[in-house]
Amino acid sequence: MALPNSRRALLDVALAAGGAGRTISDPMHCVALADLTHSTNVAVPLESLHGRSVLLLTEPQLPTVLALLALDGVARRVSLGLPDLKEADLPQVIADSGADFVLRDDVLRSTLEADPAAPHARDVDTEWILFTSGTTGAPKMVSHTLLSLTGPLDDGLAVGAGPVWSTFYDIRRYGGLQILLRALLGGGSMVLSSAAESVGDFLTRAGKNGVTHISGTPSHWRRALMSQAASRMALKYVRLSGEISDQAILDNLKAAFPQSDVAHAFASTEAGVGFDVRDGLAGFPASYIGMPGAKAELKVEEGTLRIRSLRTASRYLGGSARALGDRAGFVDTGDMVERRGDRYYFLGRREGTINVGGQKVYPEEVEAVLNRHPAVRMSRVWARKSPITGAVVAADIVLSEPVAEFAQVRESLLHFCRAALSAHKVPVTLRAVTSLLVASSGKLSRRDG
Amino acid sequence: MSIRTVVLDQVKLVAEHQQKSLQPLLDTLPLLDSGLDSLCIAIIVANLEEELGFDPFGSGNTVIIPQTLGEFIGLYENGAA
Repeated sequence: MALPNSRRALLDVALAAGGAGRTISDPMHCVALADLTHSTNVAVPLESLHGRSVLLLTEPQLPTVLALLALDGVARRVSLGLPDLKEADLPQVIADSGADFVLRDDVLRSTLEADPAAPHARDVDTEWILFTSGTTGAPKMVSHTLLSLTGPLDDGLAVGAGPVWSTFYDIRRYGGLQILLRALLGGGSMVLSSAAESVGDFLTRAGKNGVTHISGTPSHWRRALMSQAASRMALKYVRLSGEISDQAILDNLKAAFPQSDVAHAFASTEAGVGFDVRDGLAGFPASYIGMPGAKAELKVEEGTLRIRSLRTASRYLGGSARALGDRAGFVDTGDMVERRGDRYYFLGRREGTINVGGQKVYPEEVEAVLNRHPAVRMSRVWARKSPITGAVVAADIVLSEPVAEFAQVRESLLHFCRAALSAHKVPVTLRAVTSLLVASSGKLSRRDG
Repeated sequence: MSIRTVVLDQVKLVAEHQQKSLQPLLDTLPLLDSGLDSLCIAIIVANLEEELGFDPFGSGNTVIIPQTLGEFIGLYENGAA
C-alpha cells in the first residue's frame, strides 16, 4: 500500500493507487473516483477555501467524502462534522475548530459537476478534525493529520486486487475513516453505509456491490447475523473494532463466512489503532506489551491499557480541552485489561463498572458469558438498584430464536452464569427483549433502563 | 399463597442457588446469623419485587432496616396490605 508523505494530498495518493473502475457509492449515488480530477461536488470555488478552516456538516456521508477528497491539500483544516451534532452545540464547535466556513448539504452535493478551475494545486498540509463519540456534553474534537490516520494502514494486511471495502460505521468516525482510507489508498472501491437504511437493505446492497472487506463493531455484527441478507456477501475479510470482541462473536463470524479472515482491532479516536489480532481468539498476546520497535507501543498501568505512537491524535481542540497523553506521551485508553496465561483480555471500561456491595463487575465480562450461550444473540448488562448492596447485576437478552417459555431459557442461562462467574456477577434479573439499542457510534447503548 | 410463604420460598431458593446452609427459619432468627449474606438478601429483594410487584425498601417511605427474619417478612406483609 502506498502511504502518503506529508506533501501529498489524499486525492493524489488515492489516484496513484489506480483509477479505472474505482467507485464510491451510497444507496442513491455512485461516483467514479477518476472523475474527481476534473469535477467536484463543492458548489463554491475551491480557491475561496484555500488555506481556510472548513467544517463539513452533511446528513449523508457521500458529500463529505467527496468534499474531503477535494479539500485535502487545499484547506488548512477540515473538520468532519457528525450528522447528530446538535444545533445548540454548533456555536461552540465553530469556535473550537476556528471554522471560517460551514459547508452543509446545500453546498455539498452527492454528485459531481465539471470544475473549470481544475486541476488544483494541493500543497497545504491539511489538519483533520474528528469528533469523538462522547455520550454526554458537547462533542470533543481531536486533531489528526493524514499521516497519523494512515499510519495504522501499513500493517501488512494482504488485501489482493480490486478490493471493495465497506463498513457499518459512519466514515466520519475514527473506525469508519480507517476503512475509507484503506479503500482509497489500497486501490479499492468503497460502499458507504447509510443511517436511513435498514441492516438487511445495507447487507443486500453490500452483496450486490461485491463487497469483499467489511468492518463494524461486535454490536453491528450481532445484528447483521440476525439478518438472512448477511449470507449474500462473499467476504474475504471481516474486521471488528470499537467494542470488546468476545470469543462467541469471533466464532459466529468465522462460521458465517468460512472463506474470510476474521480480525479484531483495538482503536480509539484519541489513541488511534493500537493493534489488530488475527488468530481468531479473543484478547491479545501478552507479547504485544512492551514490544520493542512496535509502531504503537503498549503498556498496562493501573489496570488500563496505554498507547503511544505517531498515530495518536496530537491534541484536543477547544479552550476547556485537557492534555491527551501523559508526560511520556502515552494515552490512557480507559480500557481495563487482565492477564491470563500468555494473553491479555479486555474486562471493560473503567467508568462502566457496576458496584455490587463493594465488589466490581464489568458489564462486558458478564455479556461475554451470556453471549456464549447458544440461545443468546446479544445481551446488555446493566446496574439494577438494590437497597441492600447498592446495585445488583441485571441483563437484557436478545434470543437467537423465539421461545415459547422464557422461564426455561432463564434457568439455563442462570445455571450457565453460575458455572462461569462468581456469585455477585451472576445476573439477578434476566429479561428477554426483542432488540437492543445500538448508538450511532455502533456501540451498544449503555444508558440504564 | 400467603406473602409469608412467598418470602420464605424465596429465602430457601436463593440459599440453595448460592449454596448457603440456612438456620431454622424462625421469626426471631437474626438475618445476619441466618446463613444469608448481603448478596443473597439483595437477590431475594430483587426477586420478590418481580414476584409481588413491589419493593418495600424502594417505596419512598422510611424503612426500618429489618434485623430479624420476622421483621423482614413483616415489611412485605405490611407493604401488601
